[in-house]
Amino acid sequence: MSAWLEITDLHANVGDKPILKGLSLSINAGEVHVIMGPNGSGKSTLSNVLCGDPRYEVTAGAVAFKGRDLLTMNVEERARAGIFLAFQNPIEIPGVSMSTFMKYALNAKRKAAGLKEYDAVSFMKHIKIRAQALEITDEMLKRPVNVGFSGGEKKRLETFQMAVLEPDFCILDEMDSGLDVDAVKVAGNGVKIMRSPERSFLVISHNIGFLHEQIRPDYVHILVNGRVVENGGAELLDEVRANGFARFQKGTAA
Amino acid sequence: MAEDKISALDAVSGDAYKYGFVTDIEAETAPKGLNEDIIRFISAKKGEPDWLLDFRLKAYRHWIGLTEPRWAKVDYPPIDYQDIYYYSAPKSAKEPKTLDDVDPELLKTYDKLGVPLHERAMLAGVAVDAVFDSVSVATTFREKLAKQGIIFCSISEAVKAHPDLVREYLGSVVPYTDNFFACLNAAVFSDGTFVYIPKGVRCPMELSTYFRINAKKTGQFERTLIVADDDSYVSYLEGCTAPQRDENQLHAAIVEIIVKDRAEVKYSTVQNWFPGDKDGKGGIYNFVTKRGLCAGYKSKLSWTQVETGSAVTWKYPSCVLKGDYSTGEFYSVAITNNYQQADTGTKMIHLGKNTSSTIISKGISAGRSQNTYRGLVRVAPAADNARNFSQCDSLLIGDKCGAHTLPVMVDGNPTASVEHEATTSKISEEQLFYCRQRGLGAEEAVSLIVNGFCKDVMQKLPMEFAIEATRLVAVTLEGSVG
Repeated sequence: MSAWLEITDLHANVGDKPILKGLSLSINAGEVHVIMGPNGSGKSTLSNVLCGDPRYEVTAGAVAFKGRDLLTMNVEERARAGIFLAFQNPIEIPGVSMSTFMKYALNAKRKAAGLKEYDAVSFMKHIKIRAQALEITDEMLKRPVNVGFSGGEKKRLETFQMAVLEPDFCILDEMDSGLDVDAVKVAGNGVKIMRSPERSFLVISHNIGFLHEQIRPDYVHILVNGRVVENGGAELLDEVRANGFARFQKGTAA
Repeated sequence: MAEDKISALDAVSGDAYKYGFVTDIEAETAPKGLNEDIIRFISAKKGEPDWLLDFRLKAYRHWIGLTEPRWAKVDYPPIDYQDIYYYSAPKSAKEPKTLDDVDPELLKTYDKLGVPLHERAMLAGVAVDAVFDSVSVATTFREKLAKQGIIFCSISEAVKAHPDLVREYLGSVVPYTDNFFACLNAAVFSDGTFVYIPKGVRCPMELSTYFRINAKKTGQFERTLIVADDDSYVSYLEGCTAPQRDENQLHAAIVEIIVKDRAEVKYSTVQNWFPGDKDGKGGIYNFVTKRGLCAGYKSKLSWTQVETGSAVTWKYPSCVLKGDYSTGEFYSVAITNNYQQADTGTKMIHLGKNTSSTIISKGISAGRSQNTYRGLVRVAPAADNARNFSQCDSLLIGDKCGAHTLPVMVDGNPTASVEHEATTSKISEEQLFYCRQRGLGAEEAVSLIVNGFCKDVMQKLPMEFAIEATRLVAVTLEGSVG
């Protein structure tokens, strides 16, 4: 019986350069997993590959998500199936308001699921509650996507999008980076609100404090040179805080 | 608005050019080719007075000596002007008195196009002077407008009913000597629309004309004349669809607008004529002369256009700012895909004191298309304190298309201020990935990004046009990614 998300011996390249070199990982519904690792170990590549970013090439391995072969699905099919990536660097879309953007996205997902598309009223209802919970103002919803927002606001808006789209599997790529203490709390709060037995998280971060206090993972994985080299619980966070990645890097040099 | 966009996108997710059908109506055509006899035939057919026949003949004699302009950045095979029919009229529609007299085939066509006739027109609050090929076949709301003294009818009718007005203004802004295509139009124009708004009258509804090119090998030579008298206001909408076919079709229209003291005219166009197929075969040649004269004190003329169609577009809606404190505006979205070529822009001619003009141009190129903005801002020596602001933005989709910006500024007055800003950008892979990661399909993402890029202009369109325009963006860009 394979897990809810089962990554098996995954290899992926950027151009000709191999980044993931046989990565395996299982995640079950409702679990929160953290991935840590030195720079260049493939953390962001993993999140982009799971989302189907066409700039990466999968050369070997398999990914099953809720019993489906994820690797045969394109970017939007994966998104509609419930995979969400909170971007490390959210992208600007000039002239398109966040609420318009979310309406397109939400209805694309609902349509794919055979649900009735939201009309203006039910959509506004849907986003209003979530905006309030995450301290997103009406003004922020009217402004173009990620244009002219501070780093903290952008990350908050990523969390907001996650709350609006209610994905089953959330990948958070350094969502705490560049945030001040309060902003980290708001971002973390979004994850707390979103936690449920049906939803899983994969969190990439270097910030042990954030992971400990806000994320509280069930599992921690250490990624080195494109492979998971150590699996454990939250106690691994303390080891990394104390000793860095030195122990895990031994014997795994490229 | 957002909701409209979504349903609009759904409506067009099907195949290429949904308006590509040909209505089967027997046309009564003049023989092929152009000579003085043909012009006499057209004039006689329409029962025109001598002065108008003279106008046509003068234009024709001038045209014979002209050469087709080739300075635009467009490329098309030579046009054989003797291989074109210059007059055709739907046979059954000679003198329709009411909508019941109109050929049902024709009404069905309008139905498919979504022209708001009957109750739909009433609901939409739009008066329609529908032009089918060369003869106006149905006009609604005229009585209501007539109560306020507004004249809204075909040019042919206006020539009969209001000869003095037509004679005074026809050719006063675009003289037949203006350019090759305008001259050809003056000689052979078939029909079009005449609008007169009397002094102090604010037209209570948006006036709308739907053009449709139909009969095979028929050049279309529309002529529109709009006169807004002192302190009046009118918003005019022009929208176009054409059936799909293989042969290129020539279209050389003229729009003339006269805006008097403190009057305001808003002229909006959504143009989606058949652009040719994916390989660049077929499509309309659109060579249009559009110009307005802000004749009086504080006259205001605003052009808004969304150009998505035609194989070749050659079009520069312009404002002559003669009256002191008059204002000219040009808001344009031009989208080209596949092998389309667009050379479009505006001319703002500042003659009066304290005149001001604004130009916002958004060009989007996809496929192997070429999209050129060509603009002229000229400040005459007497135009003290003239002001112009121009912004020309280009967006490229893919790497086989081209965007060109050719702004010309001639500033003859030291107190004038002329500003120009230009940007060129590309839809990035990051943007596409971001949108798709949120569940949008690639084409939907492109259409959303493009609509965002054009937002400043789309907002200038009347509501119902904005919806159609948004839908057109999606249709035009189909197949531009992936």
